Amino acid sequence: MKIVILGAGQVGMSVARNLSGEDNDITMVDTNETLLKDLQDRYDIQTVAGIASHPGVLFSAGVKDADMLIAVTDSDEVNMVACQIAYTLYHTPIKIARLRSRDYHRHPEIFGAKAIPVDVLISPEQLVTTYIHRLIEQPGALQVLEFAGGRIQLVAVRAAKGSPLVGHELSDLRQHMPGVETRVAAIFRQGESILPKGDTVIAADDEVFFLAAPKHIRAVTSELRALDKPVKRVMIAGGGNIGHLLAKSLEGDYQVKIIERDAAIARHLSETLNKAIVLLGDAADEELLAEENIENTDVFCALTNDEEANILSSMLAKRMGARKVMSLINRPSYVDLVQSETIDVAISPQQTTIGSLLTHVRRGDVVVVHSLRRGAAEAIEAVAHGDKSTSKVVGRSIDEIKLPPGTTIAALVRGEDVIIAHHDTVIEAEDHVILFLVDKRYIKDVEHLFQVGLTFF
Amino acid sequence: MQFRTIQRIIGLLLMVFSVIMLPSIMMAWWLQEATLKAFLIAFVLVMAGGFLFWLPVRNARNDLRVRDGFIIVVSFWLVLTCVGSLPLYLSPLPALSFTDAFFESMSALTTTGATVITGLDRLPKSILWYRQELQWLGGMGIIVLAVAVLPMLGIGGMQLYRAETPGPMKDSKLTPRIKETAKALWYIYLGLTIVCALAYKIAGMTTFDAISHSFSTIAIGGFSTHDLSIGYFNSPTIEMIAVVFMLLAGVNFSLHFIAWRNLSLVGYVRDSEFKAYITILSVVAAITILYLYFSKTFLNLGDAAHHGLFQAVSIGTTTGFTTAAYFHWPGFLPVLLLFISFIGGSAGSTGGGMKVIRCLLVFKQGVREISRLIHPNAQISVKINHKAMPDRVTEAVWGFFAIYVGSFTIMMLVLLATGLDQVTAFSAVAACLNNLGPGLGEVGYHYADINDTAKWVLSLAMLLGRLEIFTLLVLLTPAFWRR
Repeated sequence: MKIVILGAGQVGMSVARNLSGEDNDITMVDTNETLLKDLQDRYDIQTVAGIASHPGVLFSAGVKDADMLIAVTDSDEVNMVACQIAYTLYHTPIKIARLRSRDYHRHPEIFGAKAIPVDVLISPEQLVTTYIHRLIEQPGALQVLEFAGGRIQLVAVRAAKGSPLVGHELSDLRQHMPGVETRVAAIFRQGESILPKGDTVIAADDEVFFLAAPKHIRAVTSELRALDKPVKRVMIAGGGNIGHLLAKSLEGDYQVKIIERDAAIARHLSETLNKAIVLLGDAADEELLAEENIENTDVFCALTNDEEANILSSMLAKRMGARKVMSLINRPSYVDLVQSETIDVAISPQQTTIGSLLTHVRRGDVVVVHSLRRGAAEAIEAVAHGDKSTSKVVGRSIDEIKLPPGTTIAALVRGEDVIIAHHDTVIEAEDHVILFLVDKRYIKDVEHLFQVGLTFF
Repeated sequence: MQFRTIQRIIGLLLMVFSVIMLPSIMMAWWLQEATLKAFLIAFVLVMAGGFLFWLPVRNARNDLRVRDGFIIVVSFWLVLTCVGSLPLYLSPLPALSFTDAFFESMSALTTTGATVITGLDRLPKSILWYRQELQWLGGMGIIVLAVAVLPMLGIGGMQLYRAETPGPMKDSKLTPRIKETAKALWYIYLGLTIVCALAYKIAGMTTFDAISHSFSTIAIGGFSTHDLSIGYFNSPTIEMIAVVFMLLAGVNFSLHFIAWRNLSLVGYVRDSEFKAYITILSVVAAITILYLYFSKTFLNLGDAAHHGLFQAVSIGTTTGFTTAAYFHWPGFLPVLLLFISFIGGSAGSTGGGMKVIRCLLVFKQGVREISRLIHPNAQISVKINHKAMPDRVTEAVWGFFAIYVGSFTIMMLVLLATGLDQVTAFSAVAACLNNLGPGLGEVGYHYADINDTAKWVLSLAMLLGRLEIFTLLVLLTPAFWRR
């Protein structure tokens, strides 16, 4: 696939990194030439220096033959104009734009072939906010990802010593909880993936990914670790876009405190938030944290733009007694450094965002893609089309499907029903199939599985 | 440094390289030539050597870093030259010492075209073919070929590609993926070669000669299957075909690529380097023709014209084909032509020399200094294709220039020390460093008569010229090996 990425920011770069390794032709446009040169050295991509919305620049970036345009520059307006130009001049099939400003999102009618031709709007801040929100709703989870419009969730949990399932085989899970349908999709032990089978024994500190309907998540989680008390008090450090959105979405159900250093921003926050308490001060200020009862806080989220400050203030909050700390971290290498040891959950904005882009890159009818474990693993929701003769999956039981190594079919969604996959489950046409890949190298094979043979048309 | 990965790649490349001996083996077998045994032994040795090299480290797959790229490229050129010389050394005819075989192999792979073999017309066909084939592979660069056809290099491919491609601006990729770029280059290269071979054939060469000469023409090499080079055919038509294809091969291949993709010639006309390249060669050709005519070297203007034009283009693009003993031409002509070879082909072509774009940049830089004297407050930028060049590029060009001249001087002094006369030493180093081929004086016809030390020095000169000096020199700096 030929993809042009506008803007070599955090999102642009992580998309380039993810996609260039996968047999895509990537061209990156940015104004910063030094950055581009550096990128070209590191990844197998082409770079063009210039202003992303200029037709000449778009031409030299090869938008003419591109299958997809991903506009993720700093400016919403440049992103929209670039999509408009690509559509008008070259009829680029898929145009994705990042729009930060909430105002644009409120009016979906402005995006369409007759107005501003953006096919997919992404808003990383919104995605990250939703992501954090789900984590707060499911205490104990490292990651909570949704499929089939929320009918089924994929949850990552770190197994704790002494919990019911640790030291037991996976097949015991069903005896423990007769009424609960769940399926373990993958297990990561010290960074290495283990393909889950009935006789796999779960050890303490394993990172377990399982799928279940949202109402069963708590029950399954309790099998893997002592259940955390539901969250009541949340403290947010940093009142930027994400902090603000999160406070807004949480303030109805939780007691929210938000700390902001900048007086003007804090004032603005206090004007727009109704129940949350806005505190003016430094999130790394011990006195302030003590005064605001950090020891009784259930979740502390550090969401400033400065990732080092996030890590340090989270560490401080943890030491002062916050039950669970989360921190926004961009650099993948930092995530490995701090996650699970010092910080409970590291939130990587790029990884949250990339999934929504990957959905459009994947061949076959793919509805949702979640990128996991720094992009090495992937969870995919794909729709099976065709019939037994044209499709490689329809009309076959899970046993009969030739899955690439490291891939598991975890669940199916048929209409409104969620079906947890067993070895004899037969896939029907139009089923949504949820797959888990521990090794992204085999993504091509998975795509092939869901592409319909030529006779279908 | 990832020595295991490097070893794996070199092992693989060796195995791939052994395949190129197959045509010669078949030819030797078909024509019942005495060289068959030599080729077979060489083939088995290279294949087995590569396999043994690769076997213990076949699972080493780390990403290559910049430094690894340099090591792979340089060591591969050296290893390749050694194994490439095997058939020449083993073969009973021509009877070459190891030094001579190495020199010949280096000359072939670097597309220099300097030869130590005399009596080419009596040599077995398989050996002749082999020399031409080596030259053809060296022209576009065997690593670039490897990047194109072997998927194993991945991201590291860019490091290798950059270490092997000529020109001051190596970051410009034609396509987003390096593999596709390398493939596109080889398609163009192959296409030009096929068309050239057809043209030669139609103009009256035998099929064998046509293919052989198309190899060395498009590679800007200069090897021939005859002692008299292109002069053997004594046909102005063939000479003009050679002129056209030498000119084409000396043009930046990305221009060919753009022209082919857009199906238009506008790209050529707008390119500063192309214009400079054509201008320089036209002026030199005109001077040569007129001087040849007025000095009565050739009595009729037609003879002067085709010999002058052919020789100017052949030397100017650093091909090194000859139709006449140009080194016996009167006055300043031989030295003029030799100087022009310093400019050489365009960046990103198969030509040698310092490359037109570098000379253009240095020249424009000179003009800028003059303008600055006239307008002390002026802001002047050096422009190529109406675009300002970053000063970083000009600086790099100056650095290149200084080291080029420095290497030239040192090697020439060494040659003088081994007892060569001044004209021979000067022209031999120039001809080898610029990947030209034939020199003046003792090395006018061939390089067989000079001493062995000189041959080793000249082999080094050829490699320095082909890898554009820095790639090789960087390995000789202690900083490179410091961890």
